[in-house]
Amino acid sequence: MRMLDRKLLRDLRQIWVQCLAIALVLGCGIMVLILATGTQRSLEATRAAYYEQNRFADVFATLTRAPRSLLAEIARLDGVARVEGRVVFTAMIDLEGKPEPAAAIVISVPPSGEPVLNVPVVRLGRMPRPDHLEEVAVSEAFAEANGLRPGDSFRAVLNGQMRPLRVVGLVISPEYIYTVGSGAIEPDDENFGILWLSERAAASAKDLSGAFNDLTLTLARGADERAVIAGVDRLLAPYGGTGAYGRDRQPSNVFIEGELKQLGAMATVLPPIFLAVSAVLVNMVLGRLVALDRGQIGLFKAVGYKTRAISAHYTKMTVGIGLVGILLGWAFGWWLGHGLTEIYTRYFRFPSLLYRPGAAPMAISGLLGMAAAVFGGLRAVRSATRLPPAVAMSPAAPPVYHRGWLDRLGGRLRFRQTTMMILRSLVRWPGRAAVTLFGVSGSVAVLVTSFFTFDAIDLILDELFERANRQDATVTLAHPVNARAELDALALPGVMAVEGLYAAPVRLVNGTRSRLVSLQARAPDARLSRLLDADGEALQMPTAGLALAAGLADALAVEPGDRIRVDLLSAPRGTWEIPVSAVIRQSLGQDAYMNRDAFFQLIGEAPQVNMLHLAIDRNRLPELQAKVQETPTIARFTLWSEIRRQFEETLDESLATMTVIFASLGMLITIGVVYNAARIQLAERAYELASLRVLGFRRSEVAYVLMAEQMLLTLAAIPAGWLFGYGFCMLMAEGFSTEVVTIPVVVTRRTYAVATLIVILTALASVLVVRRRLDRIDIVHSLKQKE
Amino acid sequence: MSEEASGHPAILRTAAVTKVYRTGAVAVHALRGIDFALYPHEVVALLGASGSGKSTLLNILGGLDRPTSGRIFFRDRELTNLDDEELTEFRRAHVGFVFQFYNLVPSLTARENVALVTEVAENPMRPEEALEQVGLSARLDHFPSELSGGEQQRVSIARAIAKRPEILLCDEPTGALDSTTGVTVLDALIEVNRNLGTATALITHNVEIRRIADRVVYMADGRITRVEENEARVAPSEVSW
Repeated sequence: MRMLDRKLLRDLRQIWVQCLAIALVLGCGIMVLILATGTQRSLEATRAAYYEQNRFADVFATLTRAPRSLLAEIARLDGVARVEGRVVFTAMIDLEGKPEPAAAIVISVPPSGEPVLNVPVVRLGRMPRPDHLEEVAVSEAFAEANGLRPGDSFRAVLNGQMRPLRVVGLVISPEYIYTVGSGAIEPDDENFGILWLSERAAASAKDLSGAFNDLTLTLARGADERAVIAGVDRLLAPYGGTGAYGRDRQPSNVFIEGELKQLGAMATVLPPIFLAVSAVLVNMVLGRLVALDRGQIGLFKAVGYKTRAISAHYTKMTVGIGLVGILLGWAFGWWLGHGLTEIYTRYFRFPSLLYRPGAAPMAISGLLGMAAAVFGGLRAVRSATRLPPAVAMSPAAPPVYHRGWLDRLGGRLRFRQTTMMILRSLVRWPGRAAVTLFGVSGSVAVLVTSFFTFDAIDLILDELFERANRQDATVTLAHPVNARAELDALALPGVMAVEGLYAAPVRLVNGTRSRLVSLQARAPDARLSRLLDADGEALQMPTAGLALAAGLADALAVEPGDRIRVDLLSAPRGTWEIPVSAVIRQSLGQDAYMNRDAFFQLIGEAPQVNMLHLAIDRNRLPELQAKVQETPTIARFTLWSEIRRQFEETLDESLATMTVIFASLGMLITIGVVYNAARIQLAERAYELASLRVLGFRRSEVAYVLMAEQMLLTLAAIPAGWLFGYGFCMLMAEGFSTEVVTIPVVVTRRTYAVATLIVILTALASVLVVRRRLDRIDIVHSLKQKE
Repeated sequence: MSEEASGHPAILRTAAVTKVYRTGAVAVHALRGIDFALYPHEVVALLGASGSGKSTLLNILGGLDRPTSGRIFFRDRELTNLDDEELTEFRRAHVGFVFQFYNLVPSLTARENVALVTEVAENPMRPEEALEQVGLSARLDHFPSELSGGEQQRVSIARAIAKRPEILLCDEPTGALDSTTGVTVLDALIEVNRNLGTATALITHNVEIRRIADRVVYMADGRITRVEENEARVAPSEVSW
């Protein structure tokens, strides 16, 4: 072995703890990046494979009733690959021992026994046989939540008729990865499920033999989706088609898209900060480590080593440290990413897991990490080899200072000399101060961004449950009925107030932009369910015109005063031009609202309702639920307290975990930056600080010089951190907002304060650890080191 | 000037002081039973080869280090068992140090380096006054990197005397300087001793310099081998090496 290599090994053995610490910082940055991007990419790949293998449809449409012969005509449309007509409807399920009925969507299974499109994956048992009308396959999540297994039986209300059904299989479907019932916000596996019945059973229940009321189709390669949708709409219009839509409006897919988009935001906003900070830190620390070897570098030059050989020697060391960090980061990122992908796969019930973290994030993080390590070392080697060997071998000359504005300031403010030492050090090494400022402000920003999610959620919850929806329950009716139903509902046990509304599917069109949404016609004096203005205050329903959720108005690019085309997709069908009269604040969902009287006047019909918001007496809830269960006209009964519980539960799990992870990493940045900066200071100024002790300075006075500099930088970094943090919050809100969820950018003072406090305390703890080293410094010994 | 000569009791006194450094299995006996006294107004030169124990003795006298055994007194107060903070207070109030490598804070100007000490001292002179005593009135606002070696050492002397210490301990103050520059530094030290009456102990291994002292203490192998009293001190300007 060559002597330089032997020296390298011995050196590494001496400073392995420090090297490992540097490698860990780098590894942390790389790990977060691999974890976040790997999980997101893998889930995208898994979902794509699931869609592909199970032939998830491209276009969906619902209609009232059409003969099956129409399917051939639709299949002939240009760009259509495969078509399937189904019978789909909602039903109520009566499970033994369950007080409230569950809701379900019933889907017909063709006589062949296997659907052409949206093919379910049988997880247990089998699909229902064509001639066995009582057989049913149940969505796995619903079955698990209710303890259903093949062989079990339950009763369902199919189109007003109570029918016994027997479970033969548990299945999952690409069409219902996310099973959210109408009116619900989060999946509620216990109260909402999907049932697959043989076509005969489904059609006879719905009186649709030889007909279909639901259409799905796949597109040929290169087909124009808009053209196909237009063609389908034209063909279905006579049969009560409510407007075909693509995957971008398919509820389950929209939710998954949202989740993946949020994961993408997680992967693109925070991890690069970690990687950047760790790269800067590694660069700085390795540079100092090599700089301490200045004397030896001079010696190598003196005995005839070429600069290139010396650079290669130190590069071996930095490459080694970088490599350890990168491998650790990759390994842990890969491992944790796999774990997280597995959790998501279970959560979404994907049939298989494709873990594809992708080469690009690994290559990028590896290259950046290696560059940071190698350049940090080379910078120090270059400055040492530039000196004549004799100079390099003797102790470094004292740094040169100059007088300037700082001296006038210090003189005027009568700073103590120890304070002047701190200020001059900051001005003399602005680069070093900048690294600390950058790191600490990054840390504040990460913490602000982490805690911001709670602010946003609080606001959404407050808006959703305290200001906008103050009803206790919502009843969805099987069919629209005369508005007098409000009075009937008042007679139900425990009902104290009722607000009826009419929800109709509409297509809103502004030029080339269009959206399929639900238009709610409601009474102007509604007090239970209210509309909110931009400031979150209750808004009086305009007497005429549309009120649009802000996200919807954005998507359609309309403002109050603009006129917009409204295609009513349910009876009596028709198209109107209606002005937009208000834009409202709605964090969840994208709905359009209109005054009930104005709406029914416009379409020329008598006022009707198909949904009822109720205020109820909680003590009489069981009585009410029992009554609801035996009322066939009620398709669905939703308790808002239940929605809120599910919502908070889901948030608590996923959000709290992520927040804790990112907040801890945010604290780690402060520790890494401040501790390392203080350690470097101590190493370089030990002589100077020991001199102060000799002169009779107390430990606390000497510690002040070391600690105050770091704390001053920490304090200075905080306002910048707030600013960066707010910027990241905007990015996060942008990234987390989907077509259905609008994340408000609100950062409370509490969030800023908590982030600030955590950073200050973390920085203080970091410098106190270094102070303990300073206290232990041997005065005589450190004075001798100079010789 | 011994006790008899000056008529004053010793300001610093050691009794049978030893110092043993242990590094692993090796024990180095730096001091082997030193009895030494320093009197007000006198200048004592400590002479000896490298490793004879001069610096160790000086560090113990100044409260920078503790003896392994034996006792040490500042006037009537015993310093032997003081803790770290008490030794700090002792140095802060009574001792000035001058080192071979100046130990100036590079980020402070000459005036500020002196102010560093006057800010925490009880009854200091003004920094300008201290610098005037060492002949540096013209270089008040220069940083160490803008001063010559001799000038830096004189700043360090000004810093040591600015708090009017009773004791001045100098470890090879001219060790890093050429002869001419060294003389100006010694001049400054003698001038301070004459003006303030500061008891001064001066380590050197330059035999010529012993002539500027009242007493010369020879050390070898951790012991005092001989003490000489000079009849009359020679002015630094008459010394050269």
